[in-house]
Amino acid sequence: MSGLRRKDLLGISELTPDEITLILDTAQAMKEIGSRTVKKVPALRGKTVVNLFFEPSTRTRTSFEIAEKRLSADTLNVAIATSSVVKGETLADTAMNLEAMNPDMIVLRHSSSGACHLLSRICRSAIINAGDGLHEHPTQALLDAYTIRERKGRLSGLKVAIIGDLLHSRVLRSNIHLLTKMGADVWVCGPPTLIPANIRDFGVRATSVIDEAVRDADVVMLLRIQLERMEGAYFPSLREYYNVFGMTEARLKSARPDVTIMHPGPMNRGVEISSEVADGPYSVILDQVSNGVAVRMAVLYLLAGSGGQEGAEHEEAA
Amino acid sequence: MDADRIGRTLTRIAHEIVERNKGVEDLALVGVRTRGVHIARRIGQSLKEITGHDIATGALDITLYRDDLMRQAVGPQPLVRMTEIPFSIDNRKILLVDDVLYTGRTTRAALDALIDFGRPKAIQLIVLVDRGHRELPIKADYVGKNLPTAADESVQVRLQESDGVDEVVLEQAVDPSKPGGAR
Amino acid sequence: MKKLLKGGRVIDPANRIDGTCDVLIDGDRIAQVGRDLPVNGATVIEIPAGFIVSPGLIDMHVHLREPGQEHKETVATGTAAAVAGGFTAVACMPNTVPVNDSANVTALILAKAREASLARVYPIGAVSKGSKGELLADIAELREAGCVAITDDGHPTSTAMLMRRAMEYAGMFNMPLVEHCEDTSLKADGVAHEGFHASALGLRGIPGACEALGAERGILLAELTGSHFHVAHMSARQSMRAVRKGKEAGIRVTCEVAPHHFTLTDEALAKPIPYDTNTKMNPPLRSDTDRDAMVAGIADGTVDVIATDHAPHHYDEKSVEFDRAPFGIVGLETAVPLTFDRLVHAGHITLPRMIELLSCNPATILRLTGGTLSAGVAADITILAPDLRVTIDARSLHSKSRNTPFDGWILRGGVAATIVGGRTVYSNAAAGLTV
Repeated sequence: MSGLRRKDLLGISELTPDEITLILDTAQAMKEIGSRTVKKVPALRGKTVVNLFFEPSTRTRTSFEIAEKRLSADTLNVAIATSSVVKGETLADTAMNLEAMNPDMIVLRHSSSGACHLLSRICRSAIINAGDGLHEHPTQALLDAYTIRERKGRLSGLKVAIIGDLLHSRVLRSNIHLLTKMGADVWVCGPPTLIPANIRDFGVRATSVIDEAVRDADVVMLLRIQLERMEGAYFPSLREYYNVFGMTEARLKSARPDVTIMHPGPMNRGVEISSEVADGPYSVILDQVSNGVAVRMAVLYLLAGSGGQEGAEHEEAA
Repeated sequence: MDADRIGRTLTRIAHEIVERNKGVEDLALVGVRTRGVHIARRIGQSLKEITGHDIATGALDITLYRDDLMRQAVGPQPLVRMTEIPFSIDNRKILLVDDVLYTGRTTRAALDALIDFGRPKAIQLIVLVDRGHRELPIKADYVGKNLPTAADESVQVRLQESDGVDEVVLEQAVDPSKPGGAR
Repeated sequence: MKKLLKGGRVIDPANRIDGTCDVLIDGDRIAQVGRDLPVNGATVIEIPAGFIVSPGLIDMHVHLREPGQEHKETVATGTAAAVAGGFTAVACMPNTVPVNDSANVTALILAKAREASLARVYPIGAVSKGSKGELLADIAELREAGCVAITDDGHPTSTAMLMRRAMEYAGMFNMPLVEHCEDTSLKADGVAHEGFHASALGLRGIPGACEALGAERGILLAELTGSHFHVAHMSARQSMRAVRKGKEAGIRVTCEVAPHHFTLTDEALAKPIPYDTNTKMNPPLRSDTDRDAMVAGIADGTVDVIATDHAPHHYDEKSVEFDRAPFGIVGLETAVPLTFDRLVHAGHITLPRMIELLSCNPATILRLTGGTLSAGVAADITILAPDLRVTIDARSLHSKSRNTPFDGWILRGGVAATIVGGRTVYSNAAAGLTV
């Protein structure tokens, strides 16, 4: 019986396909707990989990919080308002102060890529990456994979098109790692100004012609366009973006008839996705949210027992 | 025990169930993963043959209720499987089914899990083998076979559905420091 | 007081010497270099076989951080690191606090250097007042006070017009303009080389073209003004191409490469320590192709100088998230072992070429007396041990700061002793030579 023999979940890039499968299988069992009357199991009873969020996030934080509580863990939410101008306590000092209270796990969201790696070097606690800068958002990719697997029965061999602001997306990077590891055929698409350097070295196809990406796709994943900094710098206007890259029903026609539409949220209706598509029959956007809790429960459970070193095998109780 | 013996034992248990409960009204079977589930199905089959009624049957994974979770300092977590109890357990008599009764800890975990699902009228425990060495005050209501064992022995139950053969064998445990199944 | 360094391999490219020779030091001067010199009452120091006696090494790109940032380094600790690294002289950058745009600051630096009396210090003054890029600094005053070149290092010279005027003006004194080549808009908020590793790690990228744009600009202005333009810390193959073309066209352009740019690549961002802030500097570590281009340029003569861009930062400043950490690593004490191990022993350059890069050429470019062992010059001598096994240990660096990516590296080739003005200012016990 295998397990996650690691201390932290810093990114999908470190996971093996077997580990990914284990997490998804465990998530399946966890999902059922959410449909019981008593939505709680004692698995993480007495464990303290700190949700350390340096970036505001209702969606991801509440998802983690519900997951932690369903496993009977004690959760502590620490939200830190930062601006690049304010120089307060360093991340390292904040972490060390928390460590002194002996948390078992820290779920970290931060605006700097590599923040979780830094924390992992400092803290004994298990670190779960809830999104670090532009780097990775592993639980998002895992719940995306779970959702796809639920709909399609597999990941291998599917054509998955990911469209949007690729350059600034940590969800993109995590999804690329996961889907390529599991044998999917990944196409990424966006304006050339928003495609990361050397993207093809990640084992994906890249195009700025949206029809190439969407044709015969099994899954179309839309990424959010960040309104705040986009206009004028990376492309001329939101209107133009929607005209060239927006996912409309017309554009979707060349995809497979049972195509699954996904979006990590929050959506900009009328920018990267039209309302008809977002609310349409093939959209699983709300499923992604409910699967998020199950996947995060799986990750919390699987990491909670491992001390990161080789250990004695547990006896299997069945 | 061989295949034949196991078959007859389960049939005998089915009759005992009907007798003790004066029929099969309000009964439901819940097997503890993994092998308990197969045994539960077989008993359900026998009960149907005896009474003509279908008995609701479910599968329970007790991994997340184990008392030894998180107590090992290091090591990977045990695998969690699906729990499927597609009926309400409120006001029913639940027949909890497991393959081996040993320390009693699995049964305790199963009781905790069942209570989270609802409030049964009663819970009765069915085991194929009782090997002694109880560590908790747990007793089976129906026992296939009492098999006194030493601590360094292990009882292996193999079933057609999961292992391709029906048998119960007594083996010397490979590592005497590990009990042969935390029951 | 006479000392006779006997029996070492003397490499003095300026005088075309490469062979077993003796060097006679009289007081603070070199008296004579020749075979089998008579002892005549001098103290004899036997140089072990294989050791090299070379003109003192000169690092023309060092940040001494004093005045204003003494928590990172001081002139005293910086010159101690220099001599431990085999350097008898350093040229220090003006991006101190306050900026070295006046005789006062220059005088302070020189006074501190005299006080420490280890390596010689040649300040480089600012191009513009406060390095703000608006008005020219008092360049003649800086020159008078002892500056040997001008730069607004830390960032590029603000405009082409300012650079032109500065080059014309400094050209009066035949002072080179040293440039941190970069296009500010293209660099934006980049923190690493734009490429696969930055993309994978989610770090904003700086393309090689960004540096090359600055290089091309300076080369054209050097052509326009007839002045000397020096490319600081070159890292990109596109810059190398520009410098090569400029030299072919007879333009007065020279350039330097730092050891980390001929050793490391952007893979260091990910391994062995992901997001190691000791791999963050500007210009960044670039791709294999760029690194190989640096090595090729060093080998074929396009590159004139190896200079470290020694940039000390306090441990706390570097122990933060990658994009918040300051750019820069220390380099004075790792330059010689890296040059030996990665260039000489790897077969890319000869020993005389190494001395040119580290001594003769910096002296020529900054118009210093130095870089030779001619009779009558100051006795600034570096004794090198080409086969010495060196283990880089961050904790035992003489610099105040420890920000190096080379901690734990085992390299072949190091410094045995450093002599400034006839005085031994550094002696490496591990080399087994007492000078």
